[in-house]
Amino acid sequence: MTLPPYATLGQKIWHYTFLVICGLIFFFLIAPILTIIPLSFNAENFFTFTPGMLAFDAEAYSLKHYRDFFTNPDWQQAVSNSVTIAPVATLLSVALGTLAAIGLSQSHVPFRRAIMAIMISPMIVPLIISAAGMYFFYSRIGLQGTYLGVVLAHAALGIPFVIITVTATLVGFDESLTRASANLGAGPVRTFFKVQMPLILPGVISGGLFAFITSFDEVVVVLFVGSAEQKTLPWQMFIGLREQISPTILAVATILVVISIGLLTTVELLRRRSERMRGMTPG
Amino acid sequence: MTDATQGPDAKTGVTPDTGLRIVEEELAGPVLAADGTPLRRSLNKALRRQKLRALALIAPLLIFVLVTFIAPIADMLFRSVENQIVSETLPRTVVALRDWDGEGTPDEEVFRDLARDLVIAAELKNHTRLGSRLNYETTGASSLLRKTGRGVDDIGEELTDQFIALNPAWEEPATWIALMADEGWIADQAEWAAEKEAAQGPFTTREPAFRLRDGVAEMLPRTADIYADFARLIQTEDRDSPTEEEPWNIVYQALWEDLTLGPVTLPEDEPLLAEAAVAAPTFDALSVTDAFVDMDRDWADPELWGTIKAFSGKYTAGYFLAAADFQLTADGIAAQPEDRQIYGLLFGRTMFMSLTIMVSCILLGYPIAFLLANLPMRTANILLILVLLPFWTSLLVRTSAWKVLLQQQGVINDILVWTGIVSNAGRLALINNQTGTIIAMTHILLPFMILPLYSVMKTIPPSYVRAAKSLGATNFTAFRRVYFPQSVPGIGAGCILVFILSIGYYITPELVGGTTGTFISNRIAYHISSSLNWGLAAALGTILLVVVLVLYYLYDRIVGIDNVSLS
Repeated sequence: MTLPPYATLGQKIWHYTFLVICGLIFFFLIAPILTIIPLSFNAENFFTFTPGMLAFDAEAYSLKHYRDFFTNPDWQQAVSNSVTIAPVATLLSVALGTLAAIGLSQSHVPFRRAIMAIMISPMIVPLIISAAGMYFFYSRIGLQGTYLGVVLAHAALGIPFVIITVTATLVGFDESLTRASANLGAGPVRTFFKVQMPLILPGVISGGLFAFITSFDEVVVVLFVGSAEQKTLPWQMFIGLREQISPTILAVATILVVISIGLLTTVELLRRRSERMRGMTPG
Repeated sequence: MTDATQGPDAKTGVTPDTGLRIVEEELAGPVLAADGTPLRRSLNKALRRQKLRALALIAPLLIFVLVTFIAPIADMLFRSVENQIVSETLPRTVVALRDWDGEGTPDEEVFRDLARDLVIAAELKNHTRLGSRLNYETTGASSLLRKTGRGVDDIGEELTDQFIALNPAWEEPATWIALMADEGWIADQAEWAAEKEAAQGPFTTREPAFRLRDGVAEMLPRTADIYADFARLIQTEDRDSPTEEEPWNIVYQALWEDLTLGPVTLPEDEPLLAEAAVAAPTFDALSVTDAFVDMDRDWADPELWGTIKAFSGKYTAGYFLAAADFQLTADGIAAQPEDRQIYGLLFGRTMFMSLTIMVSCILLGYPIAFLLANLPMRTANILLILVLLPFWTSLLVRTSAWKVLLQQQGVINDILVWTGIVSNAGRLALINNQTGTIIAMTHILLPFMILPLYSVMKTIPPSYVRAAKSLGATNFTAFRRVYFPQSVPGIGAGCILVFILSIGYYITPELVGGTTGTFISNRIAYHISSSLNWGLAAALGTILLVVVLVLYYLYDRIVGIDNVSLS
């Protein structure tokens, strides 16, 4: 993208215009997320910058929305629901998904495409349709409005991510390592935990992170499958945005942005590690 | 060893590659594995074992997904055509209506069947469910059935009084039992009653289920039919015994009908019946039709009856027709009245807005992907974070951000007023309309356009554009004729992905779309949680699902589903 020294004036103008356009688009992408961070420290219950804030007056900033978030029982209930639902759902999808991905990556699997299509389907079907179907079916079998129902629904939604990331990692996996391990006398279980698992771990963890994010950030399915007792953090935000919009939402949003920056970094580090590992294995 | 320059087939003697082939050609006797079985069978066995092991690893997840996800989807498909409620709640009426030609009010016979059905439905409290079902098709049906459910018990009251006046024995439950019940059942019931009497403490055995006497169904068909239902309901719903309950008015009504209308052949040994058969034609009986019309005038309305007839099947295309702005009437399929044609509009709006969002994503995503693909790796990776951060941020965070920014008193309007572009009174309405939905969803879906575009553009060799330029093409021509065609697969992939995601979106349109910026998915949610018309919700969902699956099929053909990448 560097401009050659012989570029004409028109080319130079076009080049810089293009860069400005790209800058504006990046601004469009990132500005909304960054704007809410200072707004969450607003001392007033406004959703815009007060004159005091623009003048960097310390009086105009406060932590009161964060205080509200940490003391309000509604929000605390939502947080505790979220942290009890998402990890269990993630654990379920990672355990089942990793096993299935290993099965799928073997050389002779009958109906491979059909099985893959079924397992990926929760990602393809629009959430509102999954939510509707689950609401109908789970109320038939008495799971609607229960903790178990929400966990099962979220696990189903997270499975495609685990399958995709783990099968992608297994593509680079050298089968001769398991044969070598078997040759040295290890049983299939021992081989799995001592040889295969450490090598595919980055894939498993990033699949797990995707599944976790899916469950943690999910609101449509939990709105229908859950009842007020399973109200999660996104649900509480959804209600807050729809009914009585309170600046506490901005404080929550800021906390979530910080968490997602952390997750993004983790996934990126894992990806790099996984690429290094793949580079090490022969083939 | 042999010379390494020779190919394997040039080798003499048996190599691992040629071994099986030689066996096949010569059939000189099977080659044996170490344990003595023929090698071919041994290999097949090993292959089978491998397949089974793979399937055993897959099975838990497959079953899990089938139960937690595929079964719900199948349930939804089933609900979009299922229509048991009318035929289950009004079994007799539905049969009687088969002969109705759709002109005028049905005859007295149909109303008599309706009375019997509704007495039972009201006893089971099913009539309100039927009412809400019919209300989806004809407004007012819900209140009509609620009202009727309260009054239907009184139909036949005058006949009850006249039967009892004729002979007080008609008031006794025992008279009815003697007339209707099977002798075996009477004996069983007596035994059960004696046991109950003798039992110390709580007695949990249920009364034996009521059985009709042989022949009574032929002799007094209507009475036997309704009395059997009466006895069954008394036993199961009220936990009481038909031996102690006076029958409902509708049973007397049915008896009167049997005695006056049908050709009755009464047995000699029933003096009570014989007496009633003589007296019945002289009774003052009120018309059942009038009784219903008195309760609510709508019962005389042929349109209501047309709806009942049209929805009397166990399965119906009615929900799908409703989802396409048609309705099922007694005469067949007709268009909905103009003011109720909303789904065509809604599907059209969903398509239009998804297309707009898709086009905005191309316009904004293409330059970014181009920039990223042509920058040095290190810089590109840093800028990529700006794309990935929104991608990783919670959907609700991004939606709340837009809700805050786009408000009338929000940041964007404040900036516009401050810079003087708009006046304070003329603040723009950017939220709770289509604009709001399009802006917010373009922002949310933009990474899904940039990432596939970027991965395609990274593979376009820069030498092609350089070659075009060295052959005399201007920058623009080189881009248009050489670079752009090579990036089209990325545009295709991104477009389908964005389009599929946006037509099924629910949360963002719900929060920033107001009334004009909502999608079909918001209507589905409305029917599930507010109007409770689950069948229509399921039909709308099924249509949406089919559209999405067709699009995914195209995506698979163009890009390949296995190429879905997450990072």
